[in-house]
Amino acid sequence: MAQSTHQPLGGKLLTKPFMLFALLFLIAVYFLATRFMFGLGSVTHLNGGYPWGIWVVVDVIIGTAFGCGGFAMALLVYIFNKGEYHPLMRPALLGGLFGYTLGGMAVIFDLGRYWNFYNLLLPWYAQPSSVMFEVALCVMAYILVLWIEFSPTFLERLGLTNAKQKLKRFMYIIIALGVLLPTMHQSSLGSLLLVMGSQLSPLWFTAWLPLWFLLTAIAMGYGIVILESTLITNAFKLPSEQRILSKLSPIVGWLLAAFVVLRLIDLLAHGHVAPMFAADLNAFMFWLEILVFVMPTIILISPARRTDQRQMFLAALLLLAAGSLYRINAFLVAYDPGNGWSYFPSAPELMVTIGVIALEIMLYLVFVKKLPVLHGTRPA
Amino acid sequence: MDKSRRRFIQGAAGAIAGAVAPVESTQALRRENKQLPPNALGMLYDSTLCIGCRACVTACKEANDVPVEQPAHLREWNVGVWDSGEDISGKTLNTIRVYTDGTKERKDREENGYAFIKRHCLHCVDPSCVSVCPVSAMLKDADTGIVTHNPDACIGCRYCVYGCPFGVPQYQFDETFGKIAKCEFCEHLQKKGEIPACCDVCPTGASLFGRVDDLQQEAEQRLSKQPGDRYEFPRGRLGDDRPTHEAAIPEYQSHVYGVKEAGGTQIRYLTGVPHQKLGLPKLPDESYASLSEGVQHTLYKGMIAPLALLGGLIYLARRSTKQHEDEE
Repeated sequence: MAQSTHQPLGGKLLTKPFMLFALLFLIAVYFLATRFMFGLGSVTHLNGGYPWGIWVVVDVIIGTAFGCGGFAMALLVYIFNKGEYHPLMRPALLGGLFGYTLGGMAVIFDLGRYWNFYNLLLPWYAQPSSVMFEVALCVMAYILVLWIEFSPTFLERLGLTNAKQKLKRFMYIIIALGVLLPTMHQSSLGSLLLVMGSQLSPLWFTAWLPLWFLLTAIAMGYGIVILESTLITNAFKLPSEQRILSKLSPIVGWLLAAFVVLRLIDLLAHGHVAPMFAADLNAFMFWLEILVFVMPTIILISPARRTDQRQMFLAALLLLAAGSLYRINAFLVAYDPGNGWSYFPSAPELMVTIGVIALEIMLYLVFVKKLPVLHGTRPA
Repeated sequence: MDKSRRRFIQGAAGAIAGAVAPVESTQALRRENKQLPPNALGMLYDSTLCIGCRACVTACKEANDVPVEQPAHLREWNVGVWDSGEDISGKTLNTIRVYTDGTKERKDREENGYAFIKRHCLHCVDPSCVSVCPVSAMLKDADTGIVTHNPDACIGCRYCVYGCPFGVPQYQFDETFGKIAKCEFCEHLQKKGEIPACCDVCPTGASLFGRVDDLQQEAEQRLSKQPGDRYEFPRGRLGDDRPTHEAAIPEYQSHVYGVKEAGGTQIRYLTGVPHQKLGLPKLPDESYASLSEGVQHTLYKGMIAPLALLGGLIYLARRSTKQHEDEE
């Protein structure tokens, strides 16, 4: 197979699945309108004990981890200089672009005083000791970086080869920033929890939280690349990328294995054995999480399994589920504000999150059909 | 992999390992706890003196212009008049809660007894809310140590609500344009020379206003007496000439809550029932902010580590893009 170039897929936009996603998005818009008219409490189950719910944990914290495809691939392609993975770069960046842009959007409707949002950028309000301050600035900068990284695709489409060439000359700086910024804020999403102390279960509270969040975010980035590539090549009958993917998988597998082993060592070293075997929700969720981490690790490491497209797809799904579960557990399950508070998302709250995901998929489809994102063409 | 690349990666890995690995416990990463400000003001709440009249709750609502609150399940029983908020909330800055056990016979007894406890901001010496706020909307006065909130700066991220170990800052979820509510120790009244409304109206001196070091002495003095001794309990502001409230010294828990908890607070609690039974959480002597800020300051000191990492990344990205110039 000769080196193919990036091409728009073309084809009809308003397909049946697209219309379904549009409907889900409209439902979310309705509940968001309610939220802006009557306040966060009119739509969510947020309360004085649980001020953060799924809009923060799923839309932003998990959403941006799903957006780490671009970061994880850039690390491999440009920092470890593995050019053979280059075909996966653009679709991964596109996933990142939407994961982050929509995550940033979700922040706005979750913020209780969104009209003051710009205060984050005013130097006299800056509070550099705040992990949230660092995360906010880093994520904003990274969204900008992602759009610049992705912009050659637009320029190509518009035929602005001159501008594209100029941009290419300093692209390496943008690429470096595109690795530095997610390294900083994905680890800091874990650091957000360092201030929680005994409000978090010892099964999740550790000084290693930043590293755990970084490692799992990178693994999830590869997970999304595998998932995306498998879905797209099948749906649009493109040349399979299975060969590259099976080369990628042991890297991901060993990364996951390292995380699970280090995490268990850390827990044992601090003597947190009793909470592991307590008969409570925390212990159950902890073992469920470990199980869901171990399953994809086995598939990705085993040479026989990782050449099987179906097993790889399953591994990617499990890996994303594991990283998501880890985040939900750390931020919501492990957290106990005391005083009898509890939280489970309301149906409207869930519908908003589902609507945001639907919008993400819709935008992804529009982009791959209209812009030169993917390699190879559909057979005539 | 060429040599320089390998050296960089080894260096980076070494730096990360060096920063985190030797830490056996998390202690080494902490920065020091912050210190009590020179003219720290606070409150001594003596649960044994509290009669649960909730005059402090009403006075607080008036002084801070917050509405009466009625949970749905109590609304029918009490038609629109009495405040019956069960805990602090977006509209209740302080409240009195009650502990009961068994037959509820004797006050300030753990078994078959009951006791009152006041809930409001403890004005921590090293507050998590101030540390976590990204836009400096939580402020701790450098002189008096009072923690106030600036709604014009606040973006409503609610990290302070999530992070406070006492569950104090509360967001108004039921408002279109909600804000964070918390006890600011009636800072606006103090500016006029008055004292916080709750201490001003307390009939028994259960809520006593004063300088933290004076209050600490007062608490220790009460503990040094024998149960049953007659004692003149000051009311309002410690050191004022208000008539005192004479009563017998009760059986106190020997620990003064609030001195060291989470790095110390500016509120002192004396109780007859163990603190944890009253909803005062057991907390370590280190402030929670000391760990998160310690880690953050280690990783980001002078932005040296991120800039060094960026330099290495730029170098590597440049080499890779040059090698694959024609691939695009």
